[in-house]
Amino acid sequence: MWWSRSANRVPDWRRVSWWLGLLLAGTGWPAAPGPLRAQAARDVILATTTSTQDTGLLDALVPGFERQCGCRVKVIAVGTGQALALGARGEADVVLVHAPELEKRYLAEGAFRNRRLVMSNDFVLVGPPDDPIALRQAGTLGDAMRRLGEGRAIFVSRGDSSGTHLLELRLWREAGVTPAGTWYLQAGQGMGATLRIASEKGGYTLTDRGTFLALRAGLRLAVLFQDAPALLNVYHVMEVNPDRHPRVHAEGGRAFAEYLVSPEVQERIASFGTERFGQPLFRPRAGEPEPE
Amino acid sequence: MDLIAEGLRHAFALIVRGDPQVMEIMWLSLRVSGLATLLALLAGVPLGLGLGLVRFPGRRLLMAAVNTGMGLPPVAVGLLVSIALWRSGPLGFLELIYTPAAIVLAQFIIALPVVAGLTAAALQQLDPRLRLQLLGLGASRWQVVRLLLREARRSVLAAVMAGFGAVISEVGASMMVGGNILHYTRTLTTATVLETGKGNFDLAIALSVLLLALTFTITMALTVLQQRGGDA
Repeated sequence: MWWSRSANRVPDWRRVSWWLGLLLAGTGWPAAPGPLRAQAARDVILATTTSTQDTGLLDALVPGFERQCGCRVKVIAVGTGQALALGARGEADVVLVHAPELEKRYLAEGAFRNRRLVMSNDFVLVGPPDDPIALRQAGTLGDAMRRLGEGRAIFVSRGDSSGTHLLELRLWREAGVTPAGTWYLQAGQGMGATLRIASEKGGYTLTDRGTFLALRAGLRLAVLFQDAPALLNVYHVMEVNPDRHPRVHAEGGRAFAEYLVSPEVQERIASFGTERFGQPLFRPRAGEPEPE
Repeated sequence: MDLIAEGLRHAFALIVRGDPQVMEIMWLSLRVSGLATLLALLAGVPLGLGLGLVRFPGRRLLMAAVNTGMGLPPVAVGLLVSIALWRSGPLGFLELIYTPAAIVLAQFIIALPVVAGLTAAALQQLDPRLRLQLLGLGASRWQVVRLLLREARRSVLAAVMAGFGAVISEVGASMMVGGNILHYTRTLTTATVLETGKGNFDLAIALSVLLLALTFTITMALTVLQQRGGDA
């Protein structure tokens, strides 16, 4: 019979599963050392903005803390809005964010504690170097926003409730502009991707100077408006309030916050970027009075 | 075009040099997706057997559900698994969110319907008389199952390849439940997204090339396995 011919041989299925097992075992299962196992010291979860990751700042700061505490820092880089929301739900232990108004609101609700100033840089308006709407000539920030609001050129918004997006919305509001129309594009992505879209579309956007400097090489964008008080970009660290969420790793969050404002780390922030970009990307501000 | 050429050159250099960071990321991807596929195989084949061979009420409905699941959007799975694994979620006590295990779980959910659905379809395609004949010859139920599976082994391997292909290339769920953490949950796909965002296109291209090479190698190995074993 046709089926008995092969049934008399060594069962092929067994051979197939043997090979398959070998193949998958070869991929590291089930030994799975290292990353697949939990570590001894408890991990610290840091929710933060994309700018601290896209500039490479965290890559420079986090390993030092990991060595010090013998733990792992899980960096979740999302928009500030999402970082704060994650923290408020107790999904993170500490946040490093840059949306002062929103931070104060969460702080008042008791979701966080120990808000501390870490560093600052500033926001700038960037656009195509030939500047078709003459943003360079704008006298004030309000003037610049109104020029953009005329809709003669594309403006790419982050559109992701990040700190940068929240500031952008405030600037429109203060300038009396309702941003809407075919000229107003909401990227819904991080700063790097948004800069890229603005560059490709010959549009304008609002960016923190650090991310812009870090990515400048590949972009057809120039700084067209800067140096207004409202464009100051301040980063605060806040610890998630463990009273609300029993699973929050309070000591870990506090230790990381203290690490960020420690003199040695502040010094590293001061020099970060000088080597690669010719100028520092952030200004350390721990212990300084709250800028307004 | 310069960018692509430059990227490919860089990719080649990284691969030849065995850049430790790139190798680490590739190794993690391979382990996570390999494990997820293996688990999907272990659970999916029995499920496919049940769906393909056993008649029970609601079978068509379940079959339709599994077939729909073959196109399960990874981001939806990612969201679901995130909510379940968050500290505030029902499985929060496991502390699995932002770990490789969380990615394995999400990818398992993505691969399971693929393996189960294709296995069920393969078994249903066998000549039904074969089963009757086996039973008629006095084979026990397990012998029948084993022999039928053996007949359908090529299709089952195709199911494994499809499942592996789906999870190794998936980015949405890995990003959400893994968090793209350096040295820990950064896979080839999430690293590609990150490096593109950072403007490191050469590295992003290198990672994509590696991903493609890895998928090809694994699929090639499985294909060789599939095509050997005689004329059965």
